[in-house]
Amino acid sequence: MPAVTYVSADGAREQVELAVGTTLKDGALENGIDGIVAECGGNAMCATCHVYVDEAWIERLPERSEVEDELLESTASERTAASRLSCQIKVSDELEGLVVQLPEEQE
Amino acid sequence: MSATITSDAPVSRLDPFSERFLNDPYPPHRELRDAGPVVRLERYGIWAMARHEQVHAALNDPETFRSAAGVGLADFTKEKPFRPPSLLLEADPPEHSRARRTITGVLSPKRVRSLREAFEREAHALVERVVDQGRFDAVDEFAEAFPTKVFPDAVGVPDKGRENLMAYGNMVFNAFGPQNEIFRESAKGQDEVREWIAEMCLRENLRDGGLGADIYEHAPRHEMGPDEAALLVRSLLSAGVDTTVHGLGNAIYCFATHPDQWAAVHADPSRARAAFEEVVRFESPVQTFFRTTTRAVEVEGVTLPEGEKVLLFLAAANRDPRHWEEPDRFDVERRASGHVGFGSGIHACVGQMLARLEADVLIGALARRVEAIELDGEPELKLNNTLRGLASLPVRVHPASA
Repeated sequence: MPAVTYVSADGAREQVELAVGTTLKDGALENGIDGIVAECGGNAMCATCHVYVDEAWIERLPERSEVEDELLESTASERTAASRLSCQIKVSDELEGLVVQLPEEQE
Repeated sequence: MSATITSDAPVSRLDPFSERFLNDPYPPHRELRDAGPVVRLERYGIWAMARHEQVHAALNDPETFRSAAGVGLADFTKEKPFRPPSLLLEADPPEHSRARRTITGVLSPKRVRSLREAFEREAHALVERVVDQGRFDAVDEFAEAFPTKVFPDAVGVPDKGRENLMAYGNMVFNAFGPQNEIFRESAKGQDEVREWIAEMCLRENLRDGGLGADIYEHAPRHEMGPDEAALLVRSLLSAGVDTTVHGLGNAIYCFATHPDQWAAVHADPSRARAAFEEVVRFESPVQTFFRTTTRAVEVEGVTLPEGEKVLLFLAAANRDPRHWEEPDRFDVERRASGHVGFGSGIHACVGQMLARLEADVLIGALARRVEAIELDGEPELKLNNTLRGLASLPVRVHPASA
């Protein structure tokens, strides 16, 4: 199972192993990692599962859909080139070692 | 419809649109969940799913479980719909996608957040009013009073005739069930109501800068014409009022009957938003929606033929012990995310952020002023083929000492 590291806003790192096909949002929630709200339950409606992907990974992730791109305009913490919605990214073997940073605020 | 039905499909004689069922849906929900992952409802010749896993999966598989044949009992491929179908609710991709993009562009979380201040002013005034009264009907004077003011204000609908909004929503949601007495009763006098709604969907009647006018502005970007924009405004007016009213009424009911839970919200009003999420799970305003199979599909060993109606019990999924711990316990500290009270997938409620904002603001304002809510008479249900909510809820509130 690919290992993914979540880095909290205050810098604490937590590495978890996630089954292929799990979304980064579910991976965080199922492992008790704080910092993801996902109010809409993963339906790309709320922009409260915002993460910053580690720089090395920005280009390696599947592209944002138009819906994700538009929703990222509504994040509570500033949007950057590294911004993604964690409900829209599914874990695959290619993502082994992925590192994502959680934002200060989600709501 | 004549295709063979595998013999191992459990069969139920329950009528989910009977008054008996609607009055107390939770025991029959349990019965349906326990009968199996998919159950044949003999009375209507349809299928039902009531477990979280299957309901969630069907909602997220629109290629197999389509919406364009209607999300009610009526099959639009065989019967003429009672109104031109919704471009959102009663549509499939790719047509659905254009309509959805138009409306999600208008109802972005950022835009919804921008409404907070106006909503807070109304909520504050309303809470002061009911606290002064002490005893009031939490449906008429509270749960209904708030959304029927702030929602049409946000959409940009003129003041005159707004009473039609509740009547229209009630009828639309009844029409997803059979043409029973409940439906017929709600359809009385609807010609004028429908005429008013159609008028309100026209650009010239919508205030500049409101959500309705925004739909007209966004529509051309997704190749939608003015007639289509009008239908999208109709979606807002159909789905945005009764649902929220029932959600708020159910919230007050839950708090009045679970005083310890209200005490927790009163102690920390920032919990109002999460508490509302739990209300939507526990007393889901929208109880059911139909889908129609596009092909023969196997569900846990049972084959559903093509073109069959499938009734998805959102409210039963939200209390499925296979998914939730102690599902019948109302617990405002629960992580209720993952409930299907707003649906899931491409048809998930497009106004859900607006509903959350209304609830957050109103329940938050009440929590800051009121330390206890108690029933002051018997609540009365408002029976509807699809919705669960109250017709009246007499309560007494005790203001917190300043």
